[in-house]
Amino acid sequence: MALRKPPLREEHAARGAKFTEFGGWDMPVEFDSIRAEHAAVREAVGAFDVSHMGEVVVAGPDATALMQRLTTNDVTRLDPGDSQYAAITDEDGVILDDTVVYRLPDATDADDAATGTTRYLFIPNAGHDVEMHDRWVTHRDRWDLDATVEDRTEDWAMFAVQGPDAADLVGDAADVLDADADGGGGTAVEDVRDLSKFQATYATVAGARCWVARTGYTGEDGFEVLAPWDDATEVWSAFVAGGDGEGAEGADEASGDTAATPCGLGARDTLRLEMGYLLSGQDFDPEDDPRNPYEAGIGFTVKLDTEFVGRDALARVNEDGPDERFVGIRLLERGVPRHGYDVVDTDGHVVGAVTSGTMSPTLGEPIALGYLPVEHADPGTRVGVVVRGSEKRAEVTTTPFIDG
Amino acid sequence: MSFDVPDDLRYLESHEWTQTGDSSVRVGISDFAQDELGDVVFVELPDEGDTIEKDAEFGVVESIKAVSDLYAPVSGEVVAVNEALFDEPELVNDDPYGDGWMLEVDPSDPDEFDDLLSADEYRDQIE
Repeated sequence: MALRKPPLREEHAARGAKFTEFGGWDMPVEFDSIRAEHAAVREAVGAFDVSHMGEVVVAGPDATALMQRLTTNDVTRLDPGDSQYAAITDEDGVILDDTVVYRLPDATDADDAATGTTRYLFIPNAGHDVEMHDRWVTHRDRWDLDATVEDRTEDWAMFAVQGPDAADLVGDAADVLDADADGGGGTAVEDVRDLSKFQATYATVAGARCWVARTGYTGEDGFEVLAPWDDATEVWSAFVAGGDGEGAEGADEASGDTAATPCGLGARDTLRLEMGYLLSGQDFDPEDDPRNPYEAGIGFTVKLDTEFVGRDALARVNEDGPDERFVGIRLLERGVPRHGYDVVDTDGHVVGAVTSGTMSPTLGEPIALGYLPVEHADPGTRVGVVVRGSEKRAEVTTTPFIDG
Repeated sequence: MSFDVPDDLRYLESHEWTQTGDSSVRVGISDFAQDELGDVVFVELPDEGDTIEKDAEFGVVESIKAVSDLYAPVSGEVVAVNEALFDEPELVNDDPYGDGWMLEVDPSDPDEFDDLLSADEYRDQIE
């Protein structure tokens, strides 16, 4: 099957990026050095092309009811321009995907919906957009709800601009669209610098109408910018200096010392791993490693006082307590923990497995994430990680691994 | 992009290099290989006194994104191990033919060098 390509595939290649398949997409994994890209995000600002993330728009009189019944969090708490992290679970409470749900401003004439319509945008993980779109359509029809569901994944590029300098860079590049203007709306801020975490607004970047959100998955301050697919080059160039001295023609190029370092999925992975954030398909997978939100450490996304698919199963888990917990593991010896490596107790019995692991670029130490039975899950518990047949001493720890 | 391929070394298709000679030849991985791997964060090497066998695995090099087995370009006894790599594995990236060397080996069969790729042949392979 042919890989799906982000709109800037050729620009990234011309810049010398290396690519990897992720969720059916051909994505840049590394531009120069994962270590250097990681450091840029922790210390300055980096920009990621995450156009492989899905975008599904749900609109209509019953949009709120449909979103509420298919996500674990409480969407009725969202005003236009707010967002929340949520899990999407099946009847057994197993996580199918994790997502961010944005409440868009009610539709104006600039949108493909009747003026005043309630609208949501949610972001399935790479390769899950079709499955989630179909899940929403199926349940809408089953429950006879009045809402449209559109997979807009290949209409919108998505860039994550992350790091302590992101606010200045994105703040200078983005002009917030007046809330009262056609096509405007969102949170009533005049500058994207004034957005709170998880708030978003429409703004123009390089002349394109974008959705600019104070969200991200690196543990740093930053923004995620949804840009029209056809304007992707200009918007990316507003954040990242031209490769090899050649910027995009006519674009409002990022200049001088405030430009973001282009970053690939390799650094995105090490950054989220240092924070202990879940990666869909790796730290949970409904087929290979089914997990519920409580054991995965995202019980805070579950609002049992709402009605959603999986609620009753999760109410039972909440009452009994999960059997296993998602923990951080720090190796005390040299070695690199990787997905699938066994975790053993002090008697050498296998008690779990590494779901994600790396050499932390920030700490210079090997770190891992995985599920352990609750009796082995307390911070400070000694365990071992089996690296190519050799047991490395390790210790359970809290996440994030780094100071926030 | 062009990669450094010193003329005086011999190469395996799996991107290891070796010096030639009767004793204490150095072994490492090529500039192309370190670039493909990206930031090297860990190396696992045999001990001094161990013997390695041509085309067999002798260790592992890991970058942030990949694990890669190392194959011996030559058979013989390991007479030195570059222990600096345990604390500074990035030397493999910075200087793959110099400070990033991995082993010194006393070759048991110098004829084996004839089976290896010349610099020109290796250049053809990676281009």
